[in-house]
Amino acid sequence: MSIDINTVRKVAKLARIRTTDADAEVLTGELNNILAMIGQLNEVKTDGIEPMTSVIEMNLPERADEVTDGGIPEKILANAPEKAAGFFVVPKVVE
Amino acid sequence: MTKLTSLTIKEALDGLKKKEFTATELTEAHIKASEAAQHLNCYITETYDHARAQAKESDARYAKGEAKLLDGVPIAMKDLYCTEGIRTTAGSKILENFKPPYESTVSGNMFRDGAIMLGKANLDEFAMGSSNTTSAYGNVINPWQRKGDNKPLVPGGSSGGSAAAVAARIAMGATGTDTGGSIRQPAAFCGITGIKPTYGRCSRFGIIAFASSLDQAGPFARTVEDCALLLQSMAGYDPKDSTSVNRPVPEYFKSVGQSVKGLKVGVPKEYRVDGANPEITALWDKGVEMMKAAGAEIVDVSLPHTKYALQTYYVIAPAECSSNLARYDGVRFGLRVEGGNLNDTYEATRAAGFGKEVKRRILIGTYVLSAGYYDAYYNKARRVRKLIWQDFINAYEKCDVLLTPTAPTPAFAIGENEQDPVTMYLNDIFTVPASMAGMPGISLPVGLSGDGLPLGLQLLGRPFDEETVFKAASALEKAASFTHLPQSLMNKAA
Repeated sequence: MSIDINTVRKVAKLARIRTTDADAEVLTGELNNILAMIGQLNEVKTDGIEPMTSVIEMNLPERADEVTDGGIPEKILANAPEKAAGFFVVPKVVE
Repeated sequence: MTKLTSLTIKEALDGLKKKEFTATELTEAHIKASEAAQHLNCYITETYDHARAQAKESDARYAKGEAKLLDGVPIAMKDLYCTEGIRTTAGSKILENFKPPYESTVSGNMFRDGAIMLGKANLDEFAMGSSNTTSAYGNVINPWQRKGDNKPLVPGGSSGGSAAAVAARIAMGATGTDTGGSIRQPAAFCGITGIKPTYGRCSRFGIIAFASSLDQAGPFARTVEDCALLLQSMAGYDPKDSTSVNRPVPEYFKSVGQSVKGLKVGVPKEYRVDGANPEITALWDKGVEMMKAAGAEIVDVSLPHTKYALQTYYVIAPAECSSNLARYDGVRFGLRVEGGNLNDTYEATRAAGFGKEVKRRILIGTYVLSAGYYDAYYNKARRVRKLIWQDFINAYEKCDVLLTPTAPTPAFAIGENEQDPVTMYLNDIFTVPASMAGMPGISLPVGLSGDGLPLGLQLLGRPFDEETVFKAASALEKAASFTHLPQSLMNKAA
């Protein structure tokens, strides 16, 4: 299966990566090469095989539902590109 | 001073205990060597002052007779491990100024045991690469060169800075991470030893995530025994990582030097690929003979789905990466490039912050997870993954370990294999299958290529049977007695 440049643009939009037309063109060729390689998986018979999620045969552990951390707003915000009054600042979302 | 940097970790620990030298002297020798090897670009961030302070504490513990497992041993830390208050970039521009407010469990374990951090080692961006050429902080140069050719070679990847630092004798050991071969392949390219333990053996907490069902921490060193000592410190259960496995950590160093008499070594026929490099095949045959001579029994085995491992990897790893890297959006940490609105900010930030290979993998991952393709690609790959895993389980009914080449070629020059992403991906054909199955694997240097470059062999073991892997590896290490040095060090000695 191969993809065209419009699909590449759409996927880049979904992934929130701005892509110029020139980038999209190069990417279309590269991604098609990768997809051609991946496409070889269709040669494998997998009827009745359960998809594998983890190589570890165990149930995910659960812990008690209680607060174990917190009260460290200054650490949480330490790397924020922009912050104010204990909050992360982002461009206006609601008009 | 040259002498201190050529010691193994085991020899250094013995020397420190006997007070032949101090942790400060050992650390200063490595800082001096690091400064002389700056052109290799092993470190993104040097942490020499931090190392000096740690060495002082270590010397105090030796004075009080309270030395720990790795006390005073200077190491390099892959810059994928979050280190509290110390810049951690993942080799990416998007984390250029990121200072984690917490410590990764594995680095914390090593500091608890007295290890000294010389610097944060260079790597492929977010550990995505096989040559360290995708780092936003420049290429790492392999300390090895081809005979009669001074073209700079890649150290392998993604843990290229870690492997090059250990090979260049500017660190005694190093941490790496292995998602599809990122410890084993650079170990082979740099003529050193590196082990990826079983998935779940080391905590992933605080290691910047690439593909969470595959990522695993492990050490580099110049001997099997040193790797065993480092892994001893790194491994262990951690409630902060839900895939960390709660079982005791054996004393791995006790496996080193044990007899391999009667050990069943499997040789998988599918690793004998068409058009293989004859030097690699010859080395593999030599390795088989060495194990036989050491008393092991050689068994022919089959891993029929080997040829689909790389394809499976390039669905599952990008899928997980596209999800894991969604967090880099310019809001809570990392780079922000302002846009007109929030969506513009996301798109501009990610376009500027990620390099080409990371973008490719995010896009592939987004595509295979998108509506209409999820079953055809992602679920298909997860089904094939199960078959790959089953192949290993079946093989381990007939043998205790598997012996294979680590990489299809020796180290290549910077710029080679860059014409197409798929060409680069082929570097990992021998390492990816064990990653897909979560099995432990070690690479160690066994010989030289015709043009004087180190070649490695890989030993794979059963889940959580690192002890047998270490035992087999130490027998192969003894038989191979690889003592060659990178040209950069020989020139210095001359």
